[in-house]
Amino acid sequence: MSNKRKMYIWAYAFISAPILGFLLFAMIPICFSVYVSFTKYSGYHAPELTGADNYVRLLAHDPLFWKTLKNTIYSALSIPFGMMLSLAIAIALNQKIVGIRLFRTAFFLPTISSVVAMTLLWKWIFNADYGLLNIFLGWFGITGPAWLSSEAWAMPAMILQGIWSGLGFNMVLYLAALQGVPRSLYEAAEIDGAGGWQRFVKVTIPCISPTTLYILITSIIGAMQDFPRFQIMTEGGPNYSTTTIVYYLFQNAFRYMEMGYASAMAWMLGILLMTITLLNFWLSRRWVHYE
Amino acid sequence: MSDVAIGVRSSKKRAGEQIRKAVAYLFLIAGSVIMAVPFLWMLSTSLKEEGAVFELPPKWIPEVIEWSNYSFVLGEANLLHGFMNTLIIVIPTTCIGLFTSAIAAYAFARIQFPARNTLFVMLLATMMIPGVVTMIPTFILYKTIGWVDSWLPLMVPGMFGAAAAVFFLRQFFMTIPSELEDAAMMDGLNPFQIFIKIILPLAKPALMAQGIFGFLGGYNDFLGPLIYINSPEKFTLQLVLASFQGMYTANWSYIMAGSILALIPTALLFFFAQRYFVEGVTLTGMKG
Repeated sequence: MSNKRKMYIWAYAFISAPILGFLLFAMIPICFSVYVSFTKYSGYHAPELTGADNYVRLLAHDPLFWKTLKNTIYSALSIPFGMMLSLAIAIALNQKIVGIRLFRTAFFLPTISSVVAMTLLWKWIFNADYGLLNIFLGWFGITGPAWLSSEAWAMPAMILQGIWSGLGFNMVLYLAALQGVPRSLYEAAEIDGAGGWQRFVKVTIPCISPTTLYILITSIIGAMQDFPRFQIMTEGGPNYSTTTIVYYLFQNAFRYMEMGYASAMAWMLGILLMTITLLNFWLSRRWVHYE
Repeated sequence: MSDVAIGVRSSKKRAGEQIRKAVAYLFLIAGSVIMAVPFLWMLSTSLKEEGAVFELPPKWIPEVIEWSNYSFVLGEANLLHGFMNTLIIVIPTTCIGLFTSAIAAYAFARIQFPARNTLFVMLLATMMIPGVVTMIPTFILYKTIGWVDSWLPLMVPGMFGAAAAVFFLRQFFMTIPSELEDAAMMDGLNPFQIFIKIILPLAKPALMAQGIFGFLGGYNDFLGPLIYINSPEKFTLQLVLASFQGMYTANWSYIMAGSILALIPTALLFFFAQRYFVEGVTLTGMKG
């Protein structure tokens, strides 16, 4: 056997595990999922082909699906606020600050901590009568709402908690991006008479735009599939006000055993996510600058 | 411009810089307090007696410090048992997954072979697929082969490697100069020996970063165990912790003690390996 051939065999052996994993845990499940989404399937009896029924039911006869879609988009409000805050923190940390490690740790701690623990903690903080948040608001004479048991306030509470726990990760990314902005660009802008704000808008924002795009895309994909926080904090309530698509999907699949219907829902969400991602890439040509 | 004018300008500039720094400190200190106070509240609650949790106004330092909350949570409430289960699941999965990812990344970075790029792009495409799409069919698969209510669904897929780790490590391997390998090849080492003896030792920092991420992901995973594990004796740490809600309703000191214990291992990992964390996060982010 030639040397080249031998190398091919080594290479294929080396990559065999991830490729096999790709086939077993991605390719085959995806194909099966497409099929199941066109059937009635409880997981116990054989799937029964029903054509596009699941999709028709989803889009035309299930008002709850549309409500959960709205809720999901509402919950994604945490993204713009979280991004602006994490950029502000990164900018502050980038000023040659003493104690940068300490500050970084403070912001990063929730990111590495268990979602279950962080959610339980905030469930206690949001407690209407004895929770820290309402005690704090009480100092200013404000009677706080019953956060998690209020239809109007449950989602804002989830958004608040989402921002708090996600700050650290994006902050680290932004900090690295800021440190990569060439000094010479700032100096050139200064010679041209640009003030602090102008330098921020004309130099900093364009230079870190690839990072902004990355954070935006990964945050949307993450937020629209977020499940554990909702499961622990609100269980979708009160009155479905925090039932997101993934929560509803989970209920259909594992509580009502409507695997076919839930698969159709997964595909609607998957298509939505892919569309948003592509749209983001397409729009990014207008505002993202690569060197 | 005269010297005096320059002097005035630079002192003005310095004053501006000082104000900017002062604002930055104020902002960071305020932010850190907002980040830290919930954790202190968690600690304070975890040390209170049952009734003291509902005292108004709350005392930050409880009158009676109830350390026994912790021993109760660890022992009778099974948190330690869950922790052991988690370690049994996560450690082998992370180690084997890291190895399979690394060796594949090495092939993609260093060996020329037919369809290399196609296979690599195919693998990367898995990162784009939303997890919810594969959740139901994989559940059906494991149910069919009788793996539900066992640890296998939480372990086996990870052992085949992860696309993100392959991508990250491939980037890293491409930066290693090839002279070392050429020399080893001359000495008659085969590619597997080269990988083990030369590449792996050089890749320690990158492997550490990926290993930490893998461990953290497995340790904090809630969705996987929630779907697959039913028997309480097989519960992972996160499942045991989540079950406190139903079991000790309103007993917030137990729930908070459990939560604190759950984050000690990851916090320790972070303190001792902060460098790898920051590098890992940044490098993963830079691919965007």
